[in-house]
Amino acid sequence: MPKLTRSLLRFSASAAVALATVAVIVGGAFAQSGDRPTLTVYTYDSFSAEWGPGPKLKQAFESGCDCTLDFVGLDDGVAILNRLKLEGPSTKADIALGLTSDLIPEAKATSMFMDSEVDVSDLTVPTGFSDAVFVPYDYSYLAFVYDSETVTNPPKSLADLVSGDPNQKIAIEDPRTSTPGLGFLLWMKAVYGDEAAAKWQELQPRILTVTPGWSEAYGLFTKGEVPIVLSYTTSPAYHVIEEGTDRYKAAGFAEGQYLQIEVAGILKETPHAELARKFLTFLVGKEAQSILPTTNWALPVRDDIDLPEAFSDLVSVDEPLLIDPDTVAKNRRAWTDEWLQAVGAR
Amino acid sequence: MNTRTDRQIRIGAGIAAALLALGFLLGGILVLLVVSDQAPDVVAPLADPYVRSILGFTLMQAGLSTLLSVVLAIPLALALHRARFAGKRAILRLFLLPQALPVLAGALAVITIWGRNGVVSDGLAAVGLPQLDVYGLTGILVAHVFFNMPLAARLFVAALDRVPAEGWKLAGQLALPPFTVFRTIEWPALRSALPGASALIFMLCVTSFTIVLVLGGGPAATTLEVAVYQALRYDFDPGRAIGLSIIQIVLTALVLVATLILGRDPAGGFGTGGRARRFDARSRVRDVGDGLVVVLGTLFVVSPFAAILVSGLAADLTRLVREATVQEAAITSLLVAAAAASLSLLVSMLVLMAIEALRFGKRPGAARRGTRIGLETATSLVLVVSPVIVGAGWFLALRQVTDVLAAAPYVVVATNAVMAMPFIVRIIGPALSQANAETGKLAEGLGLTGAARFALVDWPAMRRPLALAFAFSLALSFGDLGAIALFGSSDFVTLPYLLLQRMGSYRTADAAGLALILGLVTVALMGLVERGFAGREETGR
Repeated sequence: MPKLTRSLLRFSASAAVALATVAVIVGGAFAQSGDRPTLTVYTYDSFSAEWGPGPKLKQAFESGCDCTLDFVGLDDGVAILNRLKLEGPSTKADIALGLTSDLIPEAKATSMFMDSEVDVSDLTVPTGFSDAVFVPYDYSYLAFVYDSETVTNPPKSLADLVSGDPNQKIAIEDPRTSTPGLGFLLWMKAVYGDEAAAKWQELQPRILTVTPGWSEAYGLFTKGEVPIVLSYTTSPAYHVIEEGTDRYKAAGFAEGQYLQIEVAGILKETPHAELARKFLTFLVGKEAQSILPTTNWALPVRDDIDLPEAFSDLVSVDEPLLIDPDTVAKNRRAWTDEWLQAVGAR
Repeated sequence: MNTRTDRQIRIGAGIAAALLALGFLLGGILVLLVVSDQAPDVVAPLADPYVRSILGFTLMQAGLSTLLSVVLAIPLALALHRARFAGKRAILRLFLLPQALPVLAGALAVITIWGRNGVVSDGLAAVGLPQLDVYGLTGILVAHVFFNMPLAARLFVAALDRVPAEGWKLAGQLALPPFTVFRTIEWPALRSALPGASALIFMLCVTSFTIVLVLGGGPAATTLEVAVYQALRYDFDPGRAIGLSIIQIVLTALVLVATLILGRDPAGGFGTGGRARRFDARSRVRDVGDGLVVVLGTLFVVSPFAAILVSGLAADLTRLVREATVQEAAITSLLVAAAAASLSLLVSMLVLMAIEALRFGKRPGAARRGTRIGLETATSLVLVVSPVIVGAGWFLALRQVTDVLAAAPYVVVATNAVMAMPFIVRIIGPALSQANAETGKLAEGLGLTGAARFALVDWPAMRRPLALAFAFSLALSFGDLGAIALFGSSDFVTLPYLLLQRMGSYRTADAAGLALILGLVTVALMGLVERGFAGREETGR
């Protein structure tokens, strides 16, 4: 029965090939490559993107370290913490970059981080932030950015935004994955306290969509799908410098803007602690700090950095809002649930 | 070896294979329940208003999707069955395609056609109507109807095909008016298929993951399945993930029980129809009406494919194909699909052969029947314990002993394999069963055992459906996002996962190009495998 034998053979051959190849990929996943040490940095995707600070920082740092710097871009800042919790101590990350000061107590509670031992004495951060484990590398103020061609009467306060026309849509980020999303949750809480849930319900009809990260929301905005987006006071500088347009503006709110201090920390289990420390020192040094404002579009933590002209036209913030991180840690779950209920209701 | 030993070996192997599949499906969650120190909290999530609203939304969207799919499928099936034209078989075959099309590519196509900047919105805007908002319930419904309406139509056409030829002859001889034909012949046939079809579609929509993830648009439009994923990837809250999983398992089990009570075979109906001849009196009006319904229905099914093609070709395909990430992802996807399909085929065949072996032997006792039903149920259980839940269980269980992401490829392959089992069993089962009914007694009498019996009885019967089954499971695994969504990482990227990432960063042109590549590879895989395995002598069914 040659035909049968042939088809049987053909079948078992293809099955064998399939199984063998899977063994190869799986084996390959375990194999290590290269002799130079690789420093793996978990960050958010707009940091590691080709237009973000990642590639420039990589080039600058690798030229003096005989190592490979590998950025892994995740959804957004909060997703980095989720990912670390999920992977536990077996994580491949040496550094987590892109958490905010709001998340520090929670990050420390994982006991996965070690003291940075990086000298931060010459850094200047609003509210005088300083921490033994986490190194601040830039900061920015949250703001709603609008398209001045379609939004003629921008909101002047959070109250304006909440009670505004529900047909004028906004895009926001999910506080469960994204730091601006979390920041806005805290902003609402800082301004409205126990009334926040009711205010969220009032705002709900205006929300076109809730995206997992900043990149998605801002992409919807620049594509014209939505006229107002949750971003930063620094965002208009990007459009002025990179695109030569002042069409996109940030709305200054009477209640104040929420402050977001971005931080980086070293994982305890890293085999390259010394190299990681060297990278964080580099990150707050003059060279990296000069790269960040026009790539990550945030403000530097040093006062000896020359900022481009466009930065002097930004919304000025007299009153930074910030909720004490320990209070955030204690209440984040409850506040997130409150948000889910208000925004998820129909 | 005598026939009895042969039977025992077959039954033993089948039970072992079924247990393996069952163990994998439930293992993750069970290990977790045993290992974790606290009892899973099912009550607390149910008391949470947000979870209740998710549950409500899950049921509502599934109910509406089912209703729309079924209601739209009925006139289409009637028209298709009645109309006489050359391309009928081709259309019925075409209606098989949405099930093989990667869901993610389909969802993307739905955005292209029905989205704010899509063809339909432009048309509406041109006549002064508001644009469609595809993110949310509308988008979910459109996508679910696209994937399930053709399925329902096929099931209904198959039901009409089962009407004995005499019925149509008699109706023709008596020159019954159309409505009487509908009332006396067509409707009873449709009604017999209605509960099964509705229950199957409801089940598929309850556990829908990719469509809801992509078109949901935030917390207001989330299903349980997506909530399980978010509980792990957004909140990292294992307790909530397990609680939600258990709620979902209970819900789907209830639906499956309802399916079994209401209809016979929840995933049957793979026939491509075209058997029964009809003798209705011809009527110009009805011909035109039927033609219109068929054209509209076909347009609806074809339009997403056209959208994928058009927007995909607009992307920079040559750059995409040369990108190392894309190539690696494609290779990973192919390997995962090949491994999953082979594994699935092996396990399903063992189970099926055991089911057949249980036919013969002494008298058919209750224990035997129980074993048979047990084996049959084991292959369908993935409909209840959905891929995301299987993945979530193993994710949390493995996390306690090893680096989850290193074990990811195994879990994804195994999850895809169990996912394909219900389809494989339903494609190969009937053929194998028929072969055993025809030649089984003879084989028993001749004392055929082992390889000879496999080669003479089972293999010839299985070979053609095997090809279709293998092609289907390849396509299913190749396009799957459910398992990889949890386990994907920068070290383990499949094509659908890469597509989701590119969509996430709104690199729409890239996403459209990848969707086209995904669709083309799927179609090529199916064609190749079907041709390669099916042999040359028979074509068409």
